[in-house]
Amino acid sequence: MFDIVAFIPRAIGQSVPLLFGCSGEILTEKSGNLNLGIPGVMYVGGISGVIGAFFYEQHCAGGNMNGFLAIMIPLLCSLLGSLIMGLIYCLLTVTLRANQNVTGLAMTTFGVGIGNFFGGSLIKLSGADVPSIALSRTSAFYSRALPFASKMGWFGKVFLSYGFLCYAAFIIAIVSAIILFKTRKGLHLRAVGENPSTADAAGINVSRYKYFATCIGCMIAGLGGLYYVMDYASGVWSNDAFGDRGWLAIALVIFSIWNPLIGIFASILFGGLYIVYLYIPTGMDYMEFKELYKMIPYVVTLLVLVLTSMRNKKENQPPASLGLSFFREER
Amino acid sequence: MAEAAVKLVNITKSFGQVRANYNVSLEINKGEILALLGENGSGKTTLMNMLSGIYYPDEGQIFINGKEVSISSPKIAYELGIGMVHQHFKLVDVLTATENIILGLEGKLNKKEAAAKIKEICDKYGFEINPDQKIYDMSVSQKQTVEIVKVLYRGANILILDEPTAVLTPQESEKLFNVMRNMKADGKALVIITHKMHEVESISDRVAILRKGEYVGSMMTKDTNASEMTDMMVGRSVSLNIERPKPVDPKPRIKVECLTVKNIEGIDKLKDVSFTARSGEILGIAGISGSGQKELLEAIAGLQPAESGSIKYINENGEEEELLGKDPRKIEELGVALSFVPEDRLGMGLVGNMDLSDNMMLRSFRKGKSPFTERKSPHSLAEKVVDDLEVVTPSIETPVRRLSGGNVQKILVGREIAHAPTVLLTAYAVRGLDINSSYTIYDLINQQKKKGVAVIFVGEDLDVLLEISDKILVLCGGRVSGIVNAEETDKNTVGLMMTKVMTDNENKEENPKTGDSDE
Repeated sequence: MFDIVAFIPRAIGQSVPLLFGCSGEILTEKSGNLNLGIPGVMYVGGISGVIGAFFYEQHCAGGNMNGFLAIMIPLLCSLLGSLIMGLIYCLLTVTLRANQNVTGLAMTTFGVGIGNFFGGSLIKLSGADVPSIALSRTSAFYSRALPFASKMGWFGKVFLSYGFLCYAAFIIAIVSAIILFKTRKGLHLRAVGENPSTADAAGINVSRYKYFATCIGCMIAGLGGLYYVMDYASGVWSNDAFGDRGWLAIALVIFSIWNPLIGIFASILFGGLYIVYLYIPTGMDYMEFKELYKMIPYVVTLLVLVLTSMRNKKENQPPASLGLSFFREER
Repeated sequence: MAEAAVKLVNITKSFGQVRANYNVSLEINKGEILALLGENGSGKTTLMNMLSGIYYPDEGQIFINGKEVSISSPKIAYELGIGMVHQHFKLVDVLTATENIILGLEGKLNKKEAAAKIKEICDKYGFEINPDQKIYDMSVSQKQTVEIVKVLYRGANILILDEPTAVLTPQESEKLFNVMRNMKADGKALVIITHKMHEVESISDRVAILRKGEYVGSMMTKDTNASEMTDMMVGRSVSLNIERPKPVDPKPRIKVECLTVKNIEGIDKLKDVSFTARSGEILGIAGISGSGQKELLEAIAGLQPAESGSIKYINENGEEEELLGKDPRKIEELGVALSFVPEDRLGMGLVGNMDLSDNMMLRSFRKGKSPFTERKSPHSLAEKVVDDLEVVTPSIETPVRRLSGGNVQKILVGREIAHAPTVLLTAYAVRGLDINSSYTIYDLINQQKKKGVAVIFVGEDLDVLLEISDKILVLCGGRVSGIVNAEETDKNTVGLMMTKVMTDNENKEENPKTGDSDE
């Protein structure tokens, strides 16, 4: 029996890191920066939050933790970590005009390396027997649901049972869409991504828009890493657990044709696909099918990429100057 | 006399080793249309880009209405009332006309209000645009209108138009000139950059001339004439006549019958095209850009598969050979040379990162027997082309992309004719070239004609087409709207033929299809 009330909250839980990554990368790509460093950024966002939480938990060992600080310290650490990643990327690609693909891939390798390095160090520091850190006290603050959720039956379970970062993901996606498509700043940002020399000639500061969009995009994506550790994984950090969610988030950007609103639905769909294998009854005789079902999100990703490359409506194409650096006095 | 709207004093600008402008001083007055003339690479666009804030001068001063200013960004240029319509339009394809026009402005986003203001400007000067139309659905002249409205919307009093007529039909150009006269009557200062002398004579009040980055002088248009202006641009006396030698013993060389070509989406790019190109004759091809010129030449050269029809090559002895379905190399061996100059010049024919002699080799590398390349003969061919055509290049080893457009084109045409073709296909051979280089190319083509080569010449300047061609084939939306004798027709007739077939057939791909789809 397919238990839809149990399935939806898990699917949404899975979708939140994807949605953060996707919204962040959409903002970034709209500025013409193809940031393939997003998986690394999300990883750094996660580990930075973990570092903050770890030391605050150590500080309060034995005593009570202040709820506000328990949330704010990891949150700010995470934002700072991913901001630094964004600044490095911008410095390389916008100011120094390095190749975006190479820079992005390097940032991913770098971010994952940083995460595993500090993760490993913290595991050593904590002296745990298992190769992971459990920050369950901080996690309790992060995954705290609305107090009346449990009293409202299936409605509470499906809509109200999440920690605040989950709602933040949806709000950020909606706000990003409004900014992109309804405001002057959004119009300028889209122009920068489409045709920077036009934007420049129209008096828009191209570099500034690229920096802001990319850095804000990175900070949003980094929250995906933070959510994953603090809420989804109940505060347990172990190296490489974050998996390939960063790459899926980048694929989702294409799937959602650079629209964060479509990104919401796309990420829920993918979140569901990610865990659907747990809910398809296979029986004990056919365990091997489970492994096949686990492939679904990747197969769908490939299908989506094939399908989207066949679309030929101009508006649904990637920003025209995606991946190119801009230099005003180029001849 | 009132104060000059713009005064440039001793402006100098260099790009690395190249000095684009040196010590240029120039005045632009209100209520006046100034034509800025000069050969390719003489620094006209660079100079104007410094006014519009794209480039920043290394030395010199700029005065706007008598006050010294520093134009460090396009934004400041707009604030000073300077607007420039660039040669390559600065528009975002996926946005609407309104969105493009208000791009970069501050304040709350109110598209309705903006559209109303746009309409007001259009009514005042006689433009027609649909504010909600997307740029990618627009024709070239509509895009240009958006560019001009964009500049006016920002309250520009000083307008710079960089080769605005290069892509327009004669009728569209005339419309633009009327608008320019309206703006002039409104007290605005206008600068137009163009290579077409008859336009300079008909629209401008004053001309200013640059040569190799330096200011040569200015004079009232009514006191001068085309040949004097050209002499000043080039620095020596130049003959401005295109000769048209009588064809000697023309024989059919290429016979095209009922050729139909479809593009990848299945739309007809050419429909039932039939004509004959004769040896020793220049067949001009006129048409709005995108009417099938590219497909026609590519089909002859074997680069474009055809749906139906036939293309026959007829050799000296009158033997016919079908070209359709042959591979480009075979066609090349028959003596059909394609010197196609696409919009980006380097796209077909030359490799930008390779030097001159390597580019010469692209045509001959198959001939060698040894596994190693033979570099001597391409090198000497490159030297010969450079000498014969007065190509300005630091050396034979310079990558082609570093040369100016005119020189690139000379190399391409020079290489093609060096192989003694029997058929020469050229498209837009003088696009963007200054008058001196253009005449060199015309001479080259005429020399080929005299040698008995059948020349198919796709051009955009009707005046030139009328002067150089023996016959003109007019394409419209992929169909032949007529073949006329160049000596017996005039510009207006051909201009009308370029747009005629479109109105009475179903093949309207050239027309913007929307206007209602985004509502």
